[in-house]
Amino acid sequence: MSAATEAPPEPAPAPVLEVRKPPVRKRLVPYWLLLPGILWLLVFFAAPLVYQASTSIQTGSLEEGFKVTWHFATYWDALGEYWPQFVRSVLFAAVATLLCLVLGYPLAYLIAFKAGRWRNVVMILVIAPFFTSFLIRTLAWKTILADSGPVVSALNSLHFLDVTSAIGLTEGTRVLATPLAVVCGLTYNFLPFMILPLYTCLERIDPRLHEAAGDLYAKPVTTFRKVTFPLSMPGVVAGTLLTFIPAAGDYINAELLGSTDQKMIGNVIQSQFLRVLDYPTAAALSFILMAAILAMVTLYIRKAGTEDLV
Amino acid sequence: MEHLAQSEPRPEPQPEPLSAAELAAMRRSMTNGRMALTRRSLLRASGAGVLGLGGLGALSACGIPPAGRTDAGSSADHSRQEKRVAFSNWTEYIDVSDDEKHHPTLEGFTKRTGIKVKYTEDINDNDEFFGKVQAQLAAGQDTGRDLICLTDWMCARMISLGWIQPLDPAHLPHAYTNLSPQFRDPDWDPGRAHSYTWQGIPTVIAYNKKATGGRKVDSVDQLLTDPKLKGRVGFLSEMRDSVGMTLLDMGKRPEDVSSDDFDAALARLQKGVDSKQIRRFTGNDYLNDLSKGDLAACIAWAGDIVQLQNDNSDIAYAIPDAGYMTSTDNLMVPNKARHKENAERLIDYFYEPKIAARIAAYINYVCPVDGVREELAKIDKSLADNPLILPDKEMAARSHAFRALGSKENKEFAQKFADLTGA
Repeated sequence: MSAATEAPPEPAPAPVLEVRKPPVRKRLVPYWLLLPGILWLLVFFAAPLVYQASTSIQTGSLEEGFKVTWHFATYWDALGEYWPQFVRSVLFAAVATLLCLVLGYPLAYLIAFKAGRWRNVVMILVIAPFFTSFLIRTLAWKTILADSGPVVSALNSLHFLDVTSAIGLTEGTRVLATPLAVVCGLTYNFLPFMILPLYTCLERIDPRLHEAAGDLYAKPVTTFRKVTFPLSMPGVVAGTLLTFIPAAGDYINAELLGSTDQKMIGNVIQSQFLRVLDYPTAAALSFILMAAILAMVTLYIRKAGTEDLV
Repeated sequence: MEHLAQSEPRPEPQPEPLSAAELAAMRRSMTNGRMALTRRSLLRASGAGVLGLGGLGALSACGIPPAGRTDAGSSADHSRQEKRVAFSNWTEYIDVSDDEKHHPTLEGFTKRTGIKVKYTEDINDNDEFFGKVQAQLAAGQDTGRDLICLTDWMCARMISLGWIQPLDPAHLPHAYTNLSPQFRDPDWDPGRAHSYTWQGIPTVIAYNKKATGGRKVDSVDQLLTDPKLKGRVGFLSEMRDSVGMTLLDMGKRPEDVSSDDFDAALARLQKGVDSKQIRRFTGNDYLNDLSKGDLAACIAWAGDIVQLQNDNSDIAYAIPDAGYMTSTDNLMVPNKARHKENAERLIDYFYEPKIAARIAAYINYVCPVDGVREELAKIDKSLADNPLILPDKEMAARSHAFRALGSKENKEFAQKFADLTGA
């Protein structure tokens, strides 16, 4: 006690630290190691971003060339013209993400805790669709959901489609070229992005925690609610982000499985850039999309309250 | 919860002096520990980097130069020294040997001339291909391609941008003599100074007899109004084909379409969209839909239909009384191509009736070569009699083409059509 109250003679002896300071070369090592990554980011991320920012405030045509005229009105015009597609993209992506979570969580749980020696087989089944191209996988859904195919016939005989078409999810007796088809396609295509982070997160949970919860008379539901789910939150956040962000910008599903009323913002950007040749509008739309997603993700991470995404 | 508590401001009167060991540990961690690079600091750093780069100077330094006509287009021709030619074409658009590894006509060309053909199927979409080569051509660079095959309206755009080299008629005797009259003088390339037709593409109405219940579908009006077809009608996402067919049905000529005509045709299609008559605007994926019966009837490209009929006997086509559209895919030599003369010799080779017949027998589009009928009949009589491959005079007379559009007009039309298709 007396030793603690006695003030130490000096704060920290600085000279000792001076001696142990690593040489400059050693201190630079981490930065050298970062160099390839930084360069990659500069060339493939920062530079295109600047180029695109510039494009979005240019005016002109292919013949006269495009010049920076600080024409910020492009942003307002683009937003005013295409806000329905923005809203639709966010909506479709959100529903698909939710479906992915609902479908993916039990599967990830199963693989992590119950699959036993089948774990690797189930994992391969989850990843296997990635061996074919995104386009082929989406086209396959046109066969699965064909008007006269077994799935749609079954849904029709259960009168499921009467309900969905009453609320505008489908159109008459068909599923293709409706919002439901697009959401199905998005859910299917991004499901593995949900399952994999969930699985890695769940797999790290010590099963003894479950036993402990049981010893403390927690019912399985309570165990899940109080132990498993909170511990899997990083996986949930990572999975939802990995699903939502690409889904919001996707255009293949809307193009192949949707109709005119299901076009998403990605379709608009593609069409403005390639067909209408209105590069400034396309660039402005891309920026608005990026900003919107960034804002939503920031808000979400704050709410979900986790920083360790990996 | 832990981190929430951490983030709350807590009373901290004075930073306590750290011990030497603590300081040392901290310093270590700054350079090689976990603290060294938190995600946050990385984000902050990259954000600052972007902002720094994105300074006003960088922003205004960008821009796309005007695509002027440059006479720098014709470059030194290396044809005589380098016996090569690079030909970019659409997928499945030339003859293939049975083992699918060789292109007999191209090998025949190499055997005769000693010129090796580097054949690449890297064109899938006109707009996409334009996006791919645009930067190079605008900057006056070689695209690495000596011969490209694009659809007429895209040819028109590239020629008017000054990105295509004029062809030397001296190297094209067969092409000049054998090009059939229907394709001789398009408004976008008078006298075929820059291009020669590869194939003609009739746009017709196709239907699935099973899906229509044996009903014949033979007019755009029927496509847009027949209640039996509701929700099972497809139009093409290619503006000139869909709008052109609608214009013809309204008694207008696509050759001299006015802005008002265009709007009227679009209004008509819009009605079809609003009434849910039209299911989708499709690219190449319409074939599968039509074959399955998800599309009962649609606007279709004739060559596809000839091939689809081989697999599915329910598929039928009709040529509307009002007429039909024919577009063309055309061979052109882009600026700065290293082997222009070789490319011209290859074009000329394709215009020999024997060679043209071999290609026509394989790809089933309209062959633009006069005198091919006898040669094609030798290969397959039924092909030579198919009006979709070799249109007779009466049919050719009902063929129409969309007027070449200026760039401003093109943008206006494309924007309106994009609005119609939802994007």
